[in-house]
This record gives sequence, C-alpha cells and structure tokens, in this order.
Amino acid sequence: MHVHSGVEVGHDVHHDDHHGHHHQSFISKYVFSMDHKTIGKQFLITGIVWAIIGGLFSVLFRLQLGFPGQSFPILETFFGHWAKGGTIHPEFYYALVTMHGTVLVFFVLTAGLSGTFANILIPLQIGARDMASPFLNMLSYWFFFMASIVMLSSLFIQTGPASGGWTMYPPLSALHDASLGSKAGADMWLISMALFIVSSLLGGLNYISTILNMRTKGMSMTRLPLPIWAMFFTAVLGVLSFPVLLSGAILLLFDRNLGTSFYLSDIVVAGNILPNEGGSAILFQHLFWFLGHPEVYIILLPAMGMVSEILSVNSRKPIFGYMAMLGSLFAIAILAFLVWAHHMFVTGLNPFLGSVFVLLTLLIAVPSAIKVFNWLTTLWRGNIRFTPATLFAIGFVSLFISGGLTGIFLGNSTIDIHLHDTMFVVAHFHIVMGVASFFGMFAGVYHWYPKMFGRYLNSTLGYIHFWVTICGAYLIFWPMHYEGLAGMPRRYLDKSIWQAFNQFADLDKMITIVSIVVFAVQLMFVFNFFYSIFKGRKVTSTNPWGANTLEWTTPINPGHGNWTGEIPEVHRWPYDYGKDGREFIPQTEPISASESKH
Amino acid sequence: MQTFFIVAILALGFLVTFQIAKASEYVAVIRGADKARKQTNKINGFLLLVFLILGMIGVYYCNERLAGKILPFGSAASDHGLLIDRMLKITIIITGIVFFITQVLLFWYCFKYQESEKRKAFYFPHNNKLEIIWTVIPAIALTVLVGFGIIYWFRITGDAPKDASVVEVTGSQFKWEFRYPGDDKILGKKYFKNYNAVNNPLGQLWDDPANRDDVYVTGEPMHLVVNKPVKLVIGAKDVIHDVGLSHFRMKMDAVPGTPTTMWFTPTKTSRQMKEETGNPDFVYEISCDQMCGQGHWSMRGEIIVETQEEFDVWMAKKKSMYYTSFPELDPSNKKAPAIADSSAAKPVAMLQAGK
Repeated sequence: MHVHSGVEVGHDVHHDDHHGHHHQSFISKYVFSMDHKTIGKQFLITGIVWAIIGGLFSVLFRLQLGFPGQSFPILETFFGHWAKGGTIHPEFYYALVTMHGTVLVFFVLTAGLSGTFANILIPLQIGARDMASPFLNMLSYWFFFMASIVMLSSLFIQTGPASGGWTMYPPLSALHDASLGSKAGADMWLISMALFIVSSLLGGLNYISTILNMRTKGMSMTRLPLPIWAMFFTAVLGVLSFPVLLSGAILLLFDRNLGTSFYLSDIVVAGNILPNEGGSAILFQHLFWFLGHPEVYIILLPAMGMVSEILSVNSRKPIFGYMAMLGSLFAIAILAFLVWAHHMFVTGLNPFLGSVFVLLTLLIAVPSAIKVFNWLTTLWRGNIRFTPATLFAIGFVSLFISGGLTGIFLGNSTIDIHLHDTMFVVAHFHIVMGVASFFGMFAGVYHWYPKMFGRYLNSTLGYIHFWVTICGAYLIFWPMHYEGLAGMPRRYLDKSIWQAFNQFADLDKMITIVSIVVFAVQLMFVFNFFYSIFKGRKVTSTNPWGANTLEWTTPINPGHGNWTGEIPEVHRWPYDYGKDGREFIPQTEPISASESKH
Repeated sequence: MQTFFIVAILALGFLVTFQIAKASEYVAVIRGADKARKQTNKINGFLLLVFLILGMIGVYYCNERLAGKILPFGSAASDHGLLIDRMLKITIIITGIVFFITQVLLFWYCFKYQESEKRKAFYFPHNNKLEIIWTVIPAIALTVLVGFGIIYWFRITGDAPKDASVVEVTGSQFKWEFRYPGDDKILGKKYFKNYNAVNNPLGQLWDDPANRDDVYVTGEPMHLVVNKPVKLVIGAKDVIHDVGLSHFRMKMDAVPGTPTTMWFTPTKTSRQMKEETGNPDFVYEISCDQMCGQGHWSMRGEIIVETQEEFDVWMAKKKSMYYTSFPELDPSNKKAPAIADSSAAKPVAMLQAGK
C-alpha cells in the first residue's frame, strides 16, 4: 500500500494540458470532461436540479396534507387531470411521495453528495492529479445522467411515475393492476435504478482505488483528512451493497414482465386470481434493506467527514480523537450491514431474529455517540469562526443528536411495534439523514466553493439560509414526532375520516406553511450559487480559510492536473491547528526538531 | 390575478434580500474584512445561544401541547400496550437526558468559545481516558435499553395463551374483512384460488368441516371481548397491508401468501373509553399502516371492545359463510346432505386442472 511519489506518464500529459488548456474545446472541457473537478461540479449541479424538483414535490404534497380538500386552481393549470379541480388526485399524491423519496435519497444525497465531494476532494486532498481512472469517472457521471433522464421521463408518461413508495415493495409495485404507478412507471423506475447503480459502482471502485494507490509522498493512511476516510468507507459500503439492490430490482422486473414468482404468491387483485404461488413478498424487503440500510450511511458518512474537517478548521483546533473518529467510522460501516431487518420488525419476522437485530442496531449508537462527543470536544476551548460553513456543521451536529436519539426509539423492536410506519419514522429519518446530510452538504459547498469556482458565495445570504433552514427544520420535524407517537400512519393524504389522527389538522397546516418558507430560502441559496459562479467576490489568497490540507496548496483556479509544479510532499497529519502557539501548520511543512509531540 | 400578485411580491422580497446581501458584502470590504468578520461572528454566536434557549422552551411547549393526543403515554388500552408505553417512558427519560446535555454543551461551547483575540485555541488532539469514558457510558445506557426492550419484545411476541380467542383479519384494496372461527374455535382452511367475490370472498375450502361454522364479517366493526386475550391471524389478498391498532399500540403486516399473527388483551371496553376520553363518539380504529395504493389513507376499520355477554348477543345473530353461501344445506332451514360436492374445490384438483 505505498505511496505514489511522482507523476505517471499519463499524468504528465494532463500536466502539459494545464499550460495549454485553452485549446480544449468546450465539449471536452465542460461536457465530456475527465477532470475530476469538473465531474464533481457536474454531479453537484445535476444534484441541485434534482433537489429543486424533489423539494418542489414535497411542497406540493405538503399542500395537500396541510389543506386537504382545499382547491388550488393553479395546480390544475400545471398538472391537468392529476389535479382536477385544483385538488391533488390520490394517485398523484402517492407518485409525488414516491418520487420525492427516490430523488432525494438516491439522486441528491447519494449522487449529489458523495458524487460531488468524493470527486472534488479525493484527488485534491490526497495529492493526486486525478482519479485512478478518469474515464470511468466520466462514465460514472454519464450513467447517473442517463438514470436521471429515464426517471425524469417517467414523470411524463400517461399512467404517471412509480407510486408504490420509494421502497417499491412488491406486490404493490409488481402488479400492474394494483395502482396506476405500477404500470409503465414502475418499469422505468427499475431501469433508472439499474443505471444509477452502475454509476455508483463505477464511481465507488474509482474512489477506493484512488485513495489506496494514488496518495502523494508522505500521505500515509493515518495522515488522510477525515473527509477522505469517510468517502472511502462510503465507497466500500456502496460497492458491497448496491449490487444486492440491483439483483432485487432485476427479479422484480422479471416478476412484473416475465411471469416469474419471486415475490408473488396467493394473490387476488382487482377480482382476478393470479397463478403465482410460492414466492415471498418479504424477500424483496430483505434485498432492499440490505442496501437500504447501508444507504443511510452512504448518505451520512460523507457529511460526517466534511463536518469533522470544517469544525476543526474553523475552531482552529485539531479534530479531537482522530483515531477514535476513524474507529467509529469503521464500526459504523461494519454495523451498517448487520442491521437491515430493523426495518422489518412487524413483517412477521422471527422474534428471536428480531432481538438480534435490536442488539446490533442499538450498538450503532455507541460509535455515533463517540463521534458526537468528539465534535463537542473539538469545539471546546476553540476559537470558533462562524462562517456559513461552520454554522451548517454545527447545525449538522445538533440535528444528528436529535435524529440519532429518536433512532434509539425505533431500533428497539418493542417500541417499533407502535411507531413503525408512523409519522415518527418520517420525522426521525428526515432529521437524521435528510436534513442533517443536507447540512453537511451545504457546509461542504460553502467551505469548498472558493476551491471550486475561485469565488465566494455571498455570506449574508448564507447566514439567512442557515438560520431559516435550521429553525424551519426543527419546526417542521420536531412536532411531527408527536403525530407518530399518537400512531398516525405515514402517507395518509387526508385524515378527516379518522377520529384519532384528525386532531393534528392545525399542526399539519403550520408544518406546510413553514416548509414553503424553507423551500423558498433554498431557492435563494440556488440563486446565490449560480450568481456567485460569475459575479461572486473573487478569492485572493490560495488558502482563504487558513487550512492545512493539500487542496489549498493548489492555485486559486487549478487546471486539470491540479498542481502546476511537483505534487507537494506531506510531512504531518492534517490537524495541526493551534500547535505550539501557531495558528495552523500545513501538511506540507516538515516537522521541525523543536516541535512538541502530541 | 391573485397568483400574479403573490409571485410579484415574492420576487420583490427576493430582490430586496439579495440587494441587501450584496450591499453588506461591499460594506464589509470597505470597513475592512477583519472588522466585519468580528461583528458577524458576535451576532452569530449570540444567535446560537438564543436558538438554544428558545429551542428548549419550544421543546417543552411542544410537549405540553401535543403529548398523548390519543391516549396519554402509559394508558394504552391493552396489556401489551402498557409494556410498550413503559418502554417508551424509559427511553424518553434516558434519551431526554442525553439530548439536553449534548445540545446545551454544543450551543454553549459555540457561544463561549467564539473567536476572540484574548484567547488562543487549546491544542487538544486526544485523550484516551475521556474517550474510554464516553464509550463506556453510552454502552451501559444502551445495555439497559436493549435489556428491557428484549424482555418486553419476547413477552409481546411470545405464543398466545391457549384460551385466547381467534379472529382472522384479511386486508385487500381498500377494506378489512374478519372471520371468527365459530364454536369449534378453529379457522377452516383456505386456498386463494377458491376466491369468489359473491359467495366465497376469503377462498374458504368447503370440504374442511372446520369451515362450516366460521363467521365472516365485513363492513362493520370487529368485536372483541374485554380482558380476554385475542390472537389475530393476519393475511392479505393483493398487496401488503398492515393492521395498525394505535390505541392498543399493536401493529402487524398483512402479507399475501404469508400469514402473520399477533396477540394482546384489550383492557378497556369501548364504553369505558368513551368515559375516559370524554368523547361520546369514541371508536377504536384499525388503520392500514403499510402503503397499499391510492386508497391507503382511507383503509379504515373499527373495533368494538365489549363484555362477553354483549359479544355473545352479537355473535348469536351471525350466520356462517358456509350456510350463507349454501342456504339449502343449512340445518336450520331443512335437512340436507352433508357436503356440497359440486362447489368444494380441492387445491390438488385445482393444481391438476392447470394454471
């Protein structure tokens, strides 16, 4: 596992390119680019587009939840027969919910988050000129793009997109007669997902091999910045778990179109007796959650890594317990594979098996707690600068605590009997993996924007963005736990016929209004993002945050190949902040004889 | 027109905010980046503290207003529900303490250790003792939670008592059907290919004698006897549904092809609940908790919990599905031969007939 000192032949070519990169055509520079930085930006911008679409979907169905039965004529203008008379058709509602989940989990928080930051940060922080295979890297983006196109077109077919929930449980998703979304929409969902899985496998393999093989001289594994470790474990999780979903999806395609019975048995749908016997509907849930649970950490780990880095840089202190942070990342990655059935406590699972999954699930709380305490200690006696990135990182920690603790409720099967599939679950996972990961992503965007575009984002807008979003996130999701505690099921579009659940009508209204405000502020962020690419304040120093890591030793606008001269050599870990009275000591600085040991 | 105005106002708000943000950036440059940074730092540090205080008040207020909207925690309407409520209480106490301590520390540290020229950051890369402490303490807390959790879990999912009454619940898009086993206390066998919307909605096998007294109920509430354990045998015809009983704190998926069971003892009659909640229209509701298609949100059933006498009166009025489907065989109508052979489809015969 040794370090790559110099520059390979192939990279020399890129290196030369750098001096003459104006010769590149627009297409090869911005569209079919093999530069990891451009690919990262492509992932980010595609992710932003999807986030707007997915967010808009949530605003639409929140409108239905907050104001059931009320007519909004503008909806009919845009959505025609899906919103006849200005009210949302149930089938449309379920399509919105399904697409919101699919888009945000896979396209935004997987591709948009780790696609972006793994691409941008890995070569820059380990000291490599590009990924191990720039070509596969490019393919990874374009497979994602194709997956996006297929998913997007499914929104426009006559019977609508998939509407069986983002988990696509059969038989609902397998039977053409069970719902409109289970007609062509479900096939397109599965095909899109297959393309998406190819994309993440290509990306993941590339990230792993780059981190293992292409580190610069002196960059031992224990000198890697924490975002890189997080991306490494993320990639390993993805490579090991996504193929399982692929197989699950292919079997589902067979059941849907070729008459097999993997998931189907004893079914009478719409008055027709189907011939299928001997399949198991629960099998799909096992296959799905074998990916689905690691997926949660695929979403969360990159955010954790970036938050660790940003908190350390901005509190001007080393990250507390680097090795413990590594160990807990490792423990979480291992445990992520051993807890999937906690999503299935009420499927009739063998109670003994259930108890094993309770134990393994709650075990994850230990490494998570270690991480939280280490972040807190990193802040303790620091000298904290509240850049927008720092605030988002702090917000991440707060949300991770809140959402992590409610996970202890759900991971305990006894309580899960009552809370399973209620709004409590919705509140829990939105806080801990939805909003928290978004906070990690925002923190990353604000922090590395100067590296990506050579300009700053407007920070006043950044502060507004942070404060509205964190207040909004808590206002939306905190009270939602109580709906769940009262037993209110997820995915109910109108509660007026329910005696027990209709008591929350006012609360639902409040949540809807807040979510519209929060969505509007996200649009402001998007505007800030695109405006600042062209008109933002220019970065004048190569190291604007006073950080130790290697990306800040490149020119302000690095070309393909990243460093103009030799790749710098690394002499120390990345977290020497405040050591021996010095504010920061870059990784490239040799250890002097007089330096104290830590 | 109204829409236009709303859009115009939003756009204007957007523009104003943006101009202010842009202006503040110029002001910062003019006043000196350092000075401006110190000021925003102070403001944000202060806001973080305010957020903590208002947030904690909000958490308290939210709890006062929303806790126990159906039934206060600890007053579930079944024996298993009480165990779940107790587990919930233990978990709320432990996680509540952790929540309070960590959130206060997080925001307090941010406020206290905001950038200042008077202080230098403390170089503190690791400390094994501290790290061991905060590995061990969560581990102990979680052991307590896992321990209680597993004990209660096995109590709830263990075998139902022998004297438990049995009710079969079948979900389909988008309704609930119930079957009572009748005097023999055995549910007769079913085979889905025997389904017939008119006279055999559950696909009962008529040549199984246990089926003859099974009572089929749909379109009206399920009746249960108070303080008598009941075992629900749960299935589905088309897609996965879920029997959610929020007042009893019970829940189990209804999976086509794989029957599931759950049991509990209802401890409060519907009448008692009407008094307790002060709501004369109180009903126990069955909600479908697993997404099952476009009518998922309306898949509602009701339960009436009553005394044994009341239950017997209700049950006495019911006729078994067998005799409803074949009135000519009903002994209470007239004497008839034992089994209706023509309509008794055997699964084996069905299979041989080919799919």
